[in-house]
Amino acid sequence: MATALDPALGGGALMAAVASVVSIGQPAWSVRIARVVLLLAALAVLAWLLVLPLLAIFAEAFRQGYAFYLDAIKQPDTIAAVRLTFTVAAIAVPLNLVFGLAAAWSMTHFEFRGKALLGALIDLPFSISPVVAGMMLILVYGKDGWLGSWLEAHGLQVIFALPGLVLATVLVTLPFVARELIPLMQAQGSEQEEAALTLGASGWQIFFRVTLPRVRWALLYGVLLCNARAMGEFGAVYVVSGHLRGITNTLPLQVDQLYQENFSAAFAAASLLALLTLVTLGIKRVVEWRHGDALNTHL
Amino acid sequence: MKRQWTVLAALLSLSAAYVHAQDVKLLNVSFDPTREYFQDVDAAFKADWAKQTGQNVTVTTSNGGSGKQARAVLDGLQADVVTLALAYDIDVLADKGLLAKDWQTQLPDSSSPYTSTVVFLVRKGNPKKIHDWPDLIRSDVQVITPNPKTSGGARWNFLAAWGWAVRQPGGNADKARAYVTALYKNVPVLDTGSRGATNTFVQRGIGDVLIAWESEALMTQKEFGKDNYQIVVPSATIVAEPPVAEVDTVAAKHGTKKVAQAYLQFLYGPEGQELAAKHFFRPRLASIAAKYAAQFPAVKTFTIGEQFGDWRKVQATYFADGGVFDGITEGSQ
Repeated sequence: MATALDPALGGGALMAAVASVVSIGQPAWSVRIARVVLLLAALAVLAWLLVLPLLAIFAEAFRQGYAFYLDAIKQPDTIAAVRLTFTVAAIAVPLNLVFGLAAAWSMTHFEFRGKALLGALIDLPFSISPVVAGMMLILVYGKDGWLGSWLEAHGLQVIFALPGLVLATVLVTLPFVARELIPLMQAQGSEQEEAALTLGASGWQIFFRVTLPRVRWALLYGVLLCNARAMGEFGAVYVVSGHLRGITNTLPLQVDQLYQENFSAAFAAASLLALLTLVTLGIKRVVEWRHGDALNTHL
Repeated sequence: MKRQWTVLAALLSLSAAYVHAQDVKLLNVSFDPTREYFQDVDAAFKADWAKQTGQNVTVTTSNGGSGKQARAVLDGLQADVVTLALAYDIDVLADKGLLAKDWQTQLPDSSSPYTSTVVFLVRKGNPKKIHDWPDLIRSDVQVITPNPKTSGGARWNFLAAWGWAVRQPGGNADKARAYVTALYKNVPVLDTGSRGATNTFVQRGIGDVLIAWESEALMTQKEFGKDNYQIVVPSATIVAEPPVAEVDTVAAKHGTKKVAQAYLQFLYGPEGQELAAKHFFRPRLASIAAKYAAQFPAVKTFTIGEQFGDWRKVQATYFADGGVFDGITEGSQ
C-alpha cells in the first residue's frame, strides 16, 4: 500500500502517484507535494490568464465610481445593445436547439449516405474564423451578393440589420447543441426507442417520452454553451452589423465602439457582458453539479 | 406565394413597424474622428427640423474608418447621407451609381462644410524636442499614425508629409519618397483608424509623436489636459477637407431626400458650424471662424488641389495596390 512506500525513494513520486490512484489509504508525502505543486501551477496559470484580467475589467469599470458606472450602463445605446443581444440569442438559440436535436437524432438513429459529410459540416463553424463566416454572408446577402438584387427588389434588408445578425450568430453557434447530443445519443443506442415502437408508440410520443427525457440535461448543457457563445459573438456580427448605435450594435460591438470613445464606459459595458457570461457559467455549473450523473450515466 | 413574401417582408423590417407615420429616420455613415461632433449635430438638427416642419427625425450616425464605411455602403448599408474623410471614398460610391458623379459640385466649398489640418501631438514638455517634419525621421523618434490603406485620416497625414517634402527647396518626388519611407520606418503600430491611433498614443502610451488631425489633437488635449499633451504645428501642412454628400439612390428609396438635404445644409448653417468649431473642426463660415479663431493655431497650409490634383489621381498614384505607399512599406518588411 502507498503508506508502506519509503518516501525517501528517489524518483518514486510517479510510482507513488500511480499507487495512490489505486489505493484508498494515505498517500506518501512526496505524492502530496506533487499534488500540491501541480495544483498550485494550475491555479497560478488560471489566476494569471483569467481571474486577474477579469477582475481588472471590473476594477476599470468602477474606477470612476459607482454612479458613473450606473450612468454608463444606463446609456440608451447600451441598453439597446443589451436588448438586441438578448433578441438575437432568443432567436438563434432555439433555432440551433431544433437543428441540433434533428441533426443529432438523424446522425445517431439512421444510416445514410453522406453521414460523415454531415458530421464534418456540423463541425465546420468551429473551424471557420467568424470573420470569414460574416464575409460569406455579405457575399450572399450583400448588395452585390448572389441574392442582393432580389432582396433589394423586395425591400428586404438582411445585412446591416437584425436578420443578418441572427444569421451570423446561428452560423457560428451551429455545432454546440448537436455536438453535445451526438456522443450521448450514440452511447445510449436506440433500443429504448425500438422498444417503444414495438409497443405502439407514435413518433412524437417516442420523441417526447423516451428520447427527450434521456438527453434533457445534455441538451440544456448544449443550449447554455450555445447561448454563451451567441451573446459573446463578435467577429461574424462585426462584419454584418454596420455599427448603427442603438440599432445594430450588439453588446460586444457596443463595447468595441465605446472603447474608441469613452474608455471607462467601455469597461462598464464589458463588465455587463462578462456578468451575462458568468451567469450562464453559473447555471452550467449548477446543471453539472446536480445532474452530472445524468450527463455521464450512459457514456 | 406573393402574400407569403409580403408577410416575410413585414417580419424582416420589423423595426420599421414601430415608426410613427410622422417620424422620419436618417442614417449618416461617417468616419472616425466625427463621433462626438455628430452626436451633437444629430440632436441639434432633430430640434431644428421639428421646429421647422413638426416632423420628428431620428438621425443615426455610424462611425468607423472611412474606407471601411464606404465599403459597407457599397455592401448595402442604407446610408441616406455619407460624411467621410476624403472625396475618393465618395467617388467610389458614385462609380457604383449610388449618387451622381458630380456630387462634389452640389454643395459649397467642394462639399466640405468644415476642414481640419494635420499637426503633431507630443507628450508633456516635448521630451524628444519634435518641432517639424525632419524630426520625425530621427532614429530616436517613434511615430504613431494609422494605416493609409484603411484610414482616410491617415491618407491626409501621408499627403501632408509628402507635400512638405516636395515643397522644400530642391524638393522632388524622389526626395519625398525617401522622406516618407524613413518616416514610416519609425512607425511601430499602424492602426486601422485614426481613433485607434489616438488610443495607441494616449491610452497605451506608445510612441513619441502622434500625427493627427488638429481636431483630434485638440480633443485629446481637452480630455487629458493641456499640460499632458502639447500640439506642435509643423512649418507646412495640408488642409484636410472631409466631404459630405447625399446618397441619392438610397434617399430616394427611403423618401428622405428633403430631410437629407436639410441635414447637410444644417452643417453649413451657423448652428452646425458652431458645433464644428466646438468639436475643433475649422468652420467655413467667417463669423464663426472669427469667434473661435483663438483656439486654432496659425498654420501655413497647402490644399490637395494645389499640391496633388484630385483625389482619384492621388488614390491611384499613392494608395492603390502597388502604389507608392505599398512600395515604401515593402522595403521595411
